[in-house]
Amino acid sequence: MTAASETRSVVVEREIAHPPEKLWRALTQPHLIEEWLMKNDFKPRVGHSFKLRGEWGGVLDCEVLEVEPNRQLSYTWDFKHEDAAYNLTSIVTFTLTPTPAGTHLRMEQAGFRPDQKQAFGGAHAGWKSFFEKLDHLLARAGA
Amino acid sequence: MSVAHDVLFRTLADPTRRALFERLCREGEKTVGALTERAGVSQPVVSKHLGILKQAGLVRDRPDGRQTHYSAQLSALAPLIDWTSQMAGFWETKFDALEDLLKRMDQ
Repeated sequence: MTAASETRSVVVEREIAHPPEKLWRALTQPHLIEEWLMKNDFKPRVGHSFKLRGEWGGVLDCEVLEVEPNRQLSYTWDFKHEDAAYNLTSIVTFTLTPTPAGTHLRMEQAGFRPDQKQAFGGAHAGWKSFFEKLDHLLARAGA
Repeated sequence: MSVAHDVLFRTLADPTRRALFERLCREGEKTVGALTERAGVSQPVVSKHLGILKQAGLVRDRPDGRQTHYSAQLSALAPLIDWTSQMAGFWETKFDALEDLLKRMDQ
C-alpha cells in the first residue's frame, strides 16, 4: 500500500460575504480564532508551535507550516490518544480566494488513516446532524 | 458492504425501530413501558423491536426487578460512522461560528 492510499482528506468550502483581509484576521488573530474555533496560542509565523484546546478537554498539537497573508494558511493538527484508533496526524490548509461577493474559503484537512474509527469532536456535531447523515446513508444504501 | 454494515442497515431501516433507537440515544435509558407510551405501537411490538435492536448490538438491557431498562449502545454504530463526514460536520459547525464572528466584526 502506498502512503497516498493510507491517507484521506476532508474538504469543506464556503462562500463568505466578507473580504479576504477580514477573514484572514479571523483565521490568524488568537482572540478571534478562539471565538469561532478553539482557545489557542497561535502566531502567524512559520514554525511556531501552538495548541488548540477544545471545550471537550482535548488538546491539539499544531505547528504553523505556511503563512501567505490573505491567501493561504496551513498548520499541522495532531491529536494524541492512548487508543491508536483515535490518534490523528493531519494538516489543515485554509485557502482564501477573492470573489465579487467576498471570499471563497476552502478548508482541506488531510492525513488521516483510513482505519480512523472516529474523529474527535464528532459528538459535538450533535445528534440531529448525525441522524440526518444516517438518513442519507440509509437512502444511498437503498436499505 | 460488510456483514456488520448489512445487519446495522437492516436493523435501522425500519422506521419504528430507528425511532426507538434514536429516542434511547437522545434521552438515555428507558423501560419498555416508557418507550411504548410514545411509540405509537403496542408493548409487545416495542419488545419485539427492542429484541432485534439487541441482537444487532444496538441496545443493551438491564433487568431491575420486574422492569427491564434499555439503553443505546453507540459503539455498535462505529462501522457506520464515517470519520470524513463527521469531520466535515465539525468544520461546517465551526464555519457557522466563523461567519457569526465576521458579522460581529463589522460592528
